[in-house]
Amino acid sequence: MTEHNVRNFTINFGPEHPSAHGVLRLVLELDGEIVERVDPHIGLLHRGTEKLMESKTYLQALPYLDRLDYVAPMNQEHAYCLAIEKLLGLQVPIRGQLIRVLYSEIGRILSHIMNVTTQAMDVGAMTPPVWGFEEREKLMIFYERACGARMHAAYFRPGGVHQDLPQQLVEDIGAWCDPFIKVLDDIEGLLTGNRIFKQRNVDIGVISLEEAWNWSMSGVMVRGSGAAWDLRKSQPYECYADLDFDIPIGKNGDCFDRYLVRMAEMRESVKIMKQCVARLLGDAKTGPISATDGKVVPPKRGEMKRSMEALIHHFKLYTEGFHVPPGEVYAAVEAPKGEFGVYLVADGSNKPYRCKLRAPGFAHLQAMDYMSTGHQLADVTAILGSLDIVFGEVDR
Amino acid sequence: MSEVLEQLSTYIREATGNLVSASEIAYGELNLTTDRDSIVELMTFLRDDPQGGFVSFIDVSGVDWPQRPERFDVVYHLLSPKRNLRLRVKLAVAEDVSVPSVTGVYKGADWFEREIWDLYGVPFSGHPDMRRLVTDYGFQGHPLRKDFPVTGFVEVRYDDQLKRVVYEPVELRQEFRNFDFTSPWEGTDYVLPGDEKAQS
Repeated sequence: MTEHNVRNFTINFGPEHPSAHGVLRLVLELDGEIVERVDPHIGLLHRGTEKLMESKTYLQALPYLDRLDYVAPMNQEHAYCLAIEKLLGLQVPIRGQLIRVLYSEIGRILSHIMNVTTQAMDVGAMTPPVWGFEEREKLMIFYERACGARMHAAYFRPGGVHQDLPQQLVEDIGAWCDPFIKVLDDIEGLLTGNRIFKQRNVDIGVISLEEAWNWSMSGVMVRGSGAAWDLRKSQPYECYADLDFDIPIGKNGDCFDRYLVRMAEMRESVKIMKQCVARLLGDAKTGPISATDGKVVPPKRGEMKRSMEALIHHFKLYTEGFHVPPGEVYAAVEAPKGEFGVYLVADGSNKPYRCKLRAPGFAHLQAMDYMSTGHQLADVTAILGSLDIVFGEVDR
Repeated sequence: MSEVLEQLSTYIREATGNLVSASEIAYGELNLTTDRDSIVELMTFLRDDPQGGFVSFIDVSGVDWPQRPERFDVVYHLLSPKRNLRLRVKLAVAEDVSVPSVTGVYKGADWFEREIWDLYGVPFSGHPDMRRLVTDYGFQGHPLRKDFPVTGFVEVRYDDQLKRVVYEPVELRQEFRNFDFTSPWEGTDYVLPGDEKAQS
């Protein structure tokens, strides 16, 4: 081939590419098969969530949080509720905390199954998604049984959770845990030692810990690079401090380590879920599921039939909504994808003045150029998959 | 927790001289106020100083206060994994005034600053790639400003004759609904008709 035949290519990856995990458009500059520059174009799913939340009451704004990372909806609601509770100074009773933790961990497993198996599909494995999605289906039925919706839950409310769990549901969740470990073993058997999977992931998309912090990464991205950093341990919220679990970390900061961290995290999540189930059937079998402050938490239906005050509270809370004292807080949770934070500015009215949603995927995706440059074109999908991107939260 | 923050706040204020103009602790969070000229120097200090170790960049967001002369707040959130502490740095900026970019200090600030430019119209000087980020190609205006309507100005639809997507001014089929349920007996700042007689 003569010199003048060699030229750089600029190609469009997405927005309708199945490996783009949604509506990502990547403009790739290629030198042969080597990626020279990646320019992600996002915003194709931008819905102006933050703007919409400013014109809704605090409670009306809550369901928007489900529509961010729609793979693990309740984890987002959690951060928002924590921010409001911090401003209001509300305490969540222990049964409410346990239910929240239980469902946050279900969300984590939902998200990790989705990510691990579809990343495997991106690099050529077909079976893991089929096996993994069977378990996701069961988890989504647990979501549905708790709140009536498979995805858009609106279940975590400021002060606690919306409704109590039936005992049968808690038992069923407990019964799901052990068989799921078996499924995890099966998926791991397909992937961890798999030659093709390793060739596609080991030493791909390496990021050092220092760079990871600097690129504002969090969650699995820093744990894969060797930081034992998990908000559930380091800045515990709810009752995570009382629960026994470990933080798996990687060593090399490549796609394969991130995969291993996610697999190990699912086992830890199951461990947490079992403890929650045991307590929800044991010492926290009964008790309130949300704070009893009638000025924030709406009364139960039965109470409204008897109490005039409850009736007034119900009316006021579902029209005007509660007022949040002026101030600003930042509340963060360890969402499956990393640190999901809510920066809430309240002005004393019944609507959030400003609600900035700090999505982990947004911060991770901006490092695409840094991580992919110098890799083969085919590695772009592997790296993108290991970043764990969901467009609901990236675009907001 | 708050003693640690108190110490940190005193330490930062002493070590940085007049880079920090005010500091306060509210809801267990440390807020530092600075200005446009000091932000890059302050951020570099916070990142490199071994006492703090704020190596992790969490977030930058804008807040719009249209009634103020310096109408925008640019709010930075930092995290120190070593000390397990969080920190908030705020600066106020007027419309059409640029803020020095901190992308040289924290690479992760890249998209966050682009997003603020896109949604608030605060330009960041020294940013390597100050394009719009989340809004449509060719979008006009800065949607998160308080004077930008929630409905926006244009809507899109697919035109069957032209065989392409066309942009048209927003036409609402139903009046935009924004109910004000604030109780007229407490918390409102408007005067109900007839109320003025009570004062006179």
